[in-house]
Amino acid sequence: MLARVLTWWTILRICIEERLVYRGDFWLGTLMRFLPIVTQIFLWGAVFTGMQAAGGSGARAIAGYSYHDFVAYYLLTTISRAFSSMPGLAGGIALQIRNGEIKKYLIQPVDLLGFLLLMRMAHKIVYYLIALVPFAIVFTLCRGYFPGWPPADVLLAFVVSLLFSFLLGFFLEATLGMIGFWFLEVSSLLFVYMLFNFFFSGHMFPLDMLPAPWNKIVQLVPLQYLAYFPSAVFLQKIEGRELWMGLCIQAAWVLFFMATSRVAYQRGVKRYSGFGG
Amino acid sequence: MQNAIRNPQSEIRNRAIHRPSYFRVFLTFARNSLVRDMLFPANFIIESISSFCWVMMNVGFYLLIFHYTAQIGGGTSDGAAWDKFQFFVFIATSMFINSVVQMFFMTNADEFSDLIRTGGLDFALLKPIDTQFLVSLRKVEWASLANLVVAIALMGYALPRVEGFTLTVWQVLLYPVYVAAGIAILYSLTIVLAALSVWLGRNSSIYDFWFYITTFSRYPMEIYSGRIGGLLRWGFTFIVPILIVVNVPARMLAKPLTREYAYLALFALAATAASLRASRWVFQRALANYRSASS
Repeated sequence: MLARVLTWWTILRICIEERLVYRGDFWLGTLMRFLPIVTQIFLWGAVFTGMQAAGGSGARAIAGYSYHDFVAYYLLTTISRAFSSMPGLAGGIALQIRNGEIKKYLIQPVDLLGFLLLMRMAHKIVYYLIALVPFAIVFTLCRGYFPGWPPADVLLAFVVSLLFSFLLGFFLEATLGMIGFWFLEVSSLLFVYMLFNFFFSGHMFPLDMLPAPWNKIVQLVPLQYLAYFPSAVFLQKIEGRELWMGLCIQAAWVLFFMATSRVAYQRGVKRYSGFGG
Repeated sequence: MQNAIRNPQSEIRNRAIHRPSYFRVFLTFARNSLVRDMLFPANFIIESISSFCWVMMNVGFYLLIFHYTAQIGGGTSDGAAWDKFQFFVFIATSMFINSVVQMFFMTNADEFSDLIRTGGLDFALLKPIDTQFLVSLRKVEWASLANLVVAIALMGYALPRVEGFTLTVWQVLLYPVYVAAGIAILYSLTIVLAALSVWLGRNSSIYDFWFYITTFSRYPMEIYSGRIGGLLRWGFTFIVPILIVVNVPARMLAKPLTREYAYLALFALAATAASLRASRWVFQRALANYRSASS
């Protein structure tokens, strides 16, 4: 047991050191991520101005979100996306299957999913450490848009939902990557996934805005837990029983994809055949 | 005897007269790309569908916005505010321009940075044709045609529904000119960003940068209000003129022409010429600074 923990610790440490090599690009990259939000802030500002100009001063909220809530929501989704997005994970797995690199996990006593998870954790830890500065700058500048810190239990639920969103993002993408065992080319499939993810995770707008039947459909798919759910929890749009139910469903999705990715990997390896030296 | 020794300079001049037919070369590029796409028809269809889905999702998002509001921005729809159908004319124009840029230039600009990094640009430099032409138009992304179809359909739906709309000859004549100007401005930006990889080596954040910058061009310029908004609007009109790209042609169709926008339309022509000139200059500087990657 100790030996295994030691192995995992070593892998994590090496990955962190590897990640720190490329820190130069991070700063600029992270600050630039906030640029599209600038246009969103102005767009929603114009939408609210338009609403008031057309409908008198009565209309001050859309689906329970005020203008300030919208801005706060978009800023919060950058945090939840920072946890749940896994750039290159599914594509990377599929590529390793295609070019045969996956063989090394079959020979070496290292578990593919465990190794990739540790690598992602290392990546994320380094990312948060470096991105803390740009994030702090933007959130301090925009603090006027937030209603203030939520109570401690909501904050705790927010942190838990963020951690779950990391795990959900990881295992969901890993499962998608395993499709590479059955189809050689998965890039177009991944593109379609990315599209749906962008729309139905709540990255584009708060999902409360959706009319029926779409609002029911987004409840049924796990994508909302990647961006919408943590942000809505922080803004206290989801409270009480609904909040705990939400966390339980999110956890259930994590377990589901954990199992699916494991099963898909095992089935896939049985199908897999490698040639050459 | 004198004639037998051929003067190398006149030789070059003679060859210069036999300029390659750029149009025919371009047609060959387009045909080759289509042949390559048709080799993998399933992939082509999936690409077209996903690109179509992306556009439809965006349209869905704007429909959702107009589910809650009658207009975007304050004031009247003749002035600063955009109502639903005017806004859809704007979005359709934006789709026209972006799909053409994607179709002809995006992949090529992307590959241009790769050529610089890998040293493959050597081969492009050796060809007896203008290098900028060659690297800018080598591949045609036929799948983006799906977006163009959506854009036409959206325009056909929205334009007749714009309140008080009557099509004038001037609009018919000037709209294509300004759409072309918008394409030229975006092309200039793309090729400049790609050429920067001669100096920077890496280009990943440049591409993100392109995406982030062009998001500013996606909405009517009136939404940038207030002090910071005003500054953004000024900078993206007069320094990096991407707000002109969609705003000028879209406004030309969707709204009555005011004096302020007539000036902006005049400025747009100057900005287009300046952008093209600047991009040509940067491109040639990049070539002059290019050191082949081999040995």
